[in-house]
Amino acid sequence: MTTFARPEETYADRPPEHERLVRPRRLRRWEPFLWGGGAVLVFLAAWQLVANAQLVPALFLPAPTDIAQAMVQMFQDPTIWIDLQTSGQEFLLGYGLAVVVGLPLGLLAGRYQRVAWSLDPFISFFYSMPRIALVPLLIIWFGIGIYSKVAVVFLGAFFPIAINTMAGIRSLDPALLRAARSFGASELQVFRTIALPGSVPFTLTGLRLGVGHALVGVVVGELVAAQHGIAQRMSVAGTTFQVPTMFAALIVISGTGVVVTMILQRFERRFDAWRPQHS
Amino acid sequence: MNAERDSPPLTAQHRRGGTVVLCARGVRVHYWRTRARSTLLAVDGVDLDVRAGEFVAIVGPSGCGKTTFLNAVDGLVPVTGGSLTLNDTPIRGPGPDRAMVFQQPSLLPWRTVLDNVRYGLELQRRVPRREATRRSREFVRLVGLRGFEDAYPLELSGGMQQRVNLARALATDPEILLLDEPFAALDAQTREYMQLELLKIWRQTGKTSIFITHDIGEAIYLADRVVVFSARPGRVKNTVDIELERPRELRVKRSPAFVAYEDQLWSEIEDEVSRSREQELQRA
Repeated sequence: MTTFARPEETYADRPPEHERLVRPRRLRRWEPFLWGGGAVLVFLAAWQLVANAQLVPALFLPAPTDIAQAMVQMFQDPTIWIDLQTSGQEFLLGYGLAVVVGLPLGLLAGRYQRVAWSLDPFISFFYSMPRIALVPLLIIWFGIGIYSKVAVVFLGAFFPIAINTMAGIRSLDPALLRAARSFGASELQVFRTIALPGSVPFTLTGLRLGVGHALVGVVVGELVAAQHGIAQRMSVAGTTFQVPTMFAALIVISGTGVVVTMILQRFERRFDAWRPQHS
Repeated sequence: MNAERDSPPLTAQHRRGGTVVLCARGVRVHYWRTRARSTLLAVDGVDLDVRAGEFVAIVGPSGCGKTTFLNAVDGLVPVTGGSLTLNDTPIRGPGPDRAMVFQQPSLLPWRTVLDNVRYGLELQRRVPRREATRRSREFVRLVGLRGFEDAYPLELSGGMQQRVNLARALATDPEILLLDEPFAALDAQTREYMQLELLKIWRQTGKTSIFITHDIGEAIYLADRVVVFSARPGRVKNTVDIELERPRELRVKRSPAFVAYEDQLWSEIEDEVSRSREQELQRA
């Protein structure tokens, strides 16, 4: 048995000329991750070099390795779990409440002009207000426990969710509404078969934007006054000049936002199965 | 309804002697123009009888109120004068005895072809879901979309989307089918082919049909009777019986008889088109 393949065998696996001309290159699928990951690595390496060269005092700019170390230390301390649990509760309760209240209100305001008119003054007032300014008041009302933060998170996430849902309902294709009416659809049927599915892309965008606002709410609320929480930990680290720990906490916060946003993007893609895929 | 289908009126003469299904007497329809804050008389005194099994085409210049009249028959806009009755019952709103095939496909983009065809049945809740699905499958096939049941509307061509639009209306088994320029947005070749297909389907289902179009050739090719609307406000200017033999092949469009009908209808409509143009210019 010879170890050399015969020429025919070697070429048998190769795609024919016409296919090689039109088939997309294999690399394409993971190319985005390659470039994204590569860019991050280059950035971290440059950071490490700058930090190692002591161009900036280590107190102000810790090296990525210092931050990694601080992260490990942070998670070795069992009290971190209390902080994570606290912040997590604030986020989930506030965001959940914003969804439960914001979604139906947005749907109703989008469909019924009178509801929209009634809500409009409140929405304009609160939406243009820097809601962070309410935090001291909310702390007086709800104390420094989690409920003041839940309220801040709620106020942050509610508006993008409600406003986007409303816009979704408003942008429904009038031709579809007419068709439904022609087939004798009841108001409830219009809601279920057209308004709800038709506004899903907008609603999901609102939910995604709401995540960012909710995280801001958690952090700002905890920075002002809190007993526990990841941002509270960051604040303590800041007053004691533990800059690497501040960075570590920051990464945890941002990481949470990235993960939740990615989950919602998955959802968006699932609900968009009917949209033709453009590569 | 099935009894009717067992004995379909075979020829145009028979159909003309059939029972009156839709009866319009002096029908007027006013529109509210939000910006001008005034009403506009779109349809003024339409008299029209449509008999069981008949295929009636309404032609007229654009903006003459023919679509408005059809919307009134469907119950989407209220009649503001005269009487409009379906089987001697005044039309007060949409009902399962009528189904509209819209100018735009108006399909729910997040539903598959099969689910879109079932949509009307689903809303009317007259048949159980399983039966609705079975019937929808049948109509998907009838319009020639077998194999596309699970496709989404945006994956289909304009002609195929209009087939779904048609199947959705037929699936509800209406007594009268209303078609509002369903082929206007299609390219010329697809349009001709769809006309042929529509006649086939009409023969198979025997549905009483009202077809709105501004295309005189399309009206003659499809209809037993062509009703000419005047420029706005729309009223019936004339009615022409089309005595072309059925089944009609597309070839018939080049026959002398067909061309004679075209000449006749074109001369009827010519003045109306120029009046309609003047109205448009005045508005601008």
